[in-house]
Amino acid sequence: MDQVSDATAQPSGRRPAAEFADTPWLDPAARPFIDVRGVTKKFGDFVAVDDVDLQIYRGELFCLLGASGCGKSTLLRMLAGFEAATGGQILIDGTDMAGIAPYERPVNMMFQSYALFPHMTVESNVAFGLKQERVPRGEIRDRVAEALQLVQLSAFAKRKPHQLSGGQRQRVALARSLVKRPKVLLLDEPLGALDKKLREQTQFELMNIQDEVGITFVVVTHDQEEAMTLSTRIAVMNQGRISQVGTPSEIYEFPGNRFVADFIGSINLLEGRVAYETDDFVAVLCPELESELRIDHGPSVQEGQKVWVAIRPEKIAIRPDSGGALPAGNAVRGVVEGLGYLGSETIYRVRLDGNGDGGAAGGRMIEATAPNLTRSARRAVDWDDPVVLTWDSAAGVVLTS
Amino acid sequence: MRRRSTFLLTAMCFGFAFLYVPILSLIVYSFNESRLVTVWGGFSTRWYGELLRDEQVLEAALLSLQIGVVTATAAVLLGTLAGLLLARFGRFRGRLLFSGMVSAPLVMPEVITGLSLLLLFVSAEQLIGWPSGRGMDTITIAHITFCMAYVAVIVQSRLSSLDESMEEAAMDLGARPAKVFLVITLPIIAPALISGWLLAFTLSLDDLVIASFVSGPGSSTLPMVIFSKVRLGVSPDINALATIIILIVTVFVIIAGVLMSRQEKARARDAQRALQTQD
Ligand SMILES: Nc1ncnc2c1ncn2[C@@H]1O[C@H](COP(=O)(O)OP(=O)(O)O)[C@@H](O)[C@H]1O
Ligand SMILES: [Mg+2]
Repeated sequence: MDQVSDATAQPSGRRPAAEFADTPWLDPAARPFIDVRGVTKKFGDFVAVDDVDLQIYRGELFCLLGASGCGKSTLLRMLAGFEAATGGQILIDGTDMAGIAPYERPVNMMFQSYALFPHMTVESNVAFGLKQERVPRGEIRDRVAEALQLVQLSAFAKRKPHQLSGGQRQRVALARSLVKRPKVLLLDEPLGALDKKLREQTQFELMNIQDEVGITFVVVTHDQEEAMTLSTRIAVMNQGRISQVGTPSEIYEFPGNRFVADFIGSINLLEGRVAYETDDFVAVLCPELESELRIDHGPSVQEGQKVWVAIRPEKIAIRPDSGGALPAGNAVRGVVEGLGYLGSETIYRVRLDGNGDGGAAGGRMIEATAPNLTRSARRAVDWDDPVVLTWDSAAGVVLTS
Repeated sequence: MRRRSTFLLTAMCFGFAFLYVPILSLIVYSFNESRLVTVWGGFSTRWYGELLRDEQVLEAALLSLQIGVVTATAAVLLGTLAGLLLARFGRFRGRLLFSGMVSAPLVMPEVITGLSLLLLFVSAEQLIGWPSGRGMDTITIAHITFCMAYVAVIVQSRLSSLDESMEEAAMDLGARPAKVFLVITLPIIAPALISGWLLAFTLSLDDLVIASFVSGPGSSTLPMVIFSKVRLGVSPDINALATIIILIVTVFVIIAGVLMSRQEKARARDAQRALQTQD
């Protein structure tokens, strides 16, 4: 037992402890495989990436999610070495990447435009990276064949890129960047150029391939569904900053701030002030609602503090208003003003009754969705019906920023 | 509608006649048996034979070809570097000045280019003793300066329509910048370079004004010989010579045109594909 050397020279290839095999970021002993420390990138006066800290672990499929222009690609290009950071530090597998050229980094990138070499066949495209490493010919042949097999393109080896469909080109680009077995694969909107059906299918292929090769993937996307489907963890970016990092369900169920809550899926955001706290819940008074909001404990708050309560539409139950008194909290009356039938579920847009004045002036709009459990043609709730909306105290999240 | 198309047709006929009747008559008369240029004396190729025995013409033709080849090659090398600098190195200091200076020879009157180069050569000879006298060297240098500008413009426009991420991808896969240029950029822009070479070659072969300024005794290019001969009266062998030159230039222009249009088509196809894959 050589404990000292074990602790100091923690090998990066170390298998994570069994209990953290799928969640290495929870393992206190794990060392991040990619460590982005306070990285900033300025183009002139414009700050594209602003003081970003990010830890990505071995074997993750990590997504950078954000609206167009928020600096995702710039961050990825700094990992690949195409842009030099204005400030901060990037470590990959413990090595500081400052001053290391793209052709010397242990990472490969799959470009948004695929960037296939038009004058080379599929085979030569895939073999290009191996030739640069001076891998022996026979081995190149084997590895190229293997990579093409992986993306199911063996039959297209002799074609030129312009003789392929969009989806096939995407897979050539993937094979080309995987064949060198990089420590990290960076993918810039890998599915962005595909149509919806193909994209969904390819998402699962991508996950399977990542599982098979075991390489750490960092994926840039602006498509939240894609990020939710693919990733082990997501970093939501906003104007060059990281808003929140978490697993897809953390990001969805426990958004850390209003931006993330609003960006991922649809949500009802209600502004109010903390009225009082009990051992079980926080009560929030919201000027737009009659009843008070009761939310299970989240972050610690003070009485009178301004907060936002975020409630997902699918967590709100809707039923026809049969009169009678409402429960003490988490219940409101309203009228259905909009209704969208989506097949699997129906979206209701409900105008709340105004503050006790009968609702003529109209309160705010709340969105609720209900799964269509039966195939009945008649809906229980229809246009212009008075309804009652209720939700559980576990449904809402209190946001302070 | 009908009237307009008749008008257009007539205009087009006149236009083409204006352009090509002189050339056609030149070609026809080059096969004239008679010594008198304007009197048809039956078909013959004797003037082509005579041309081949004319030392002065042959020498001039050889000189012109040599200058053309050297000029075109050097212009492609230098022009590519200039085009690369303009298209790939972003906004460096003095970029505007540089790009202006690269394209200036395109619009500068030839007389002025020729005169200024002559002055340069004369004063350079006085200062550093080179070039001693004027001849093939000075003509070649003069031709390179203005041909380079054409190549630079062609290369720059090709490079700026080239997806830069292709070069980045090659670098990402482990190729160093020089290698990237050789195995990715160069093969892709090769058609532009070939058409640039052909263009430079024909421009050099064609040039009379600049060559006249900077040539010396015993170094007359083909256009200069033709010009001096014609001043003594048009002779049938000149017709034959002109026909050959027309043939060569036509072939070159057609090759360059085909290359460029093919490239243009490929580019349009790429652009369309990019659009298709976008949505
Ligand atoms: N080379 C550059 N020069 C100047 N501005 C740039 C450059 N690259 C990106 N930007 C700017 O940085 C911002 C972030 O760009 P990018 O990282 O590509 O966004 P995205 O999240 O859509 O990938 C954009 O506003 C873009 O205009
Ligand atoms: Mg981008």
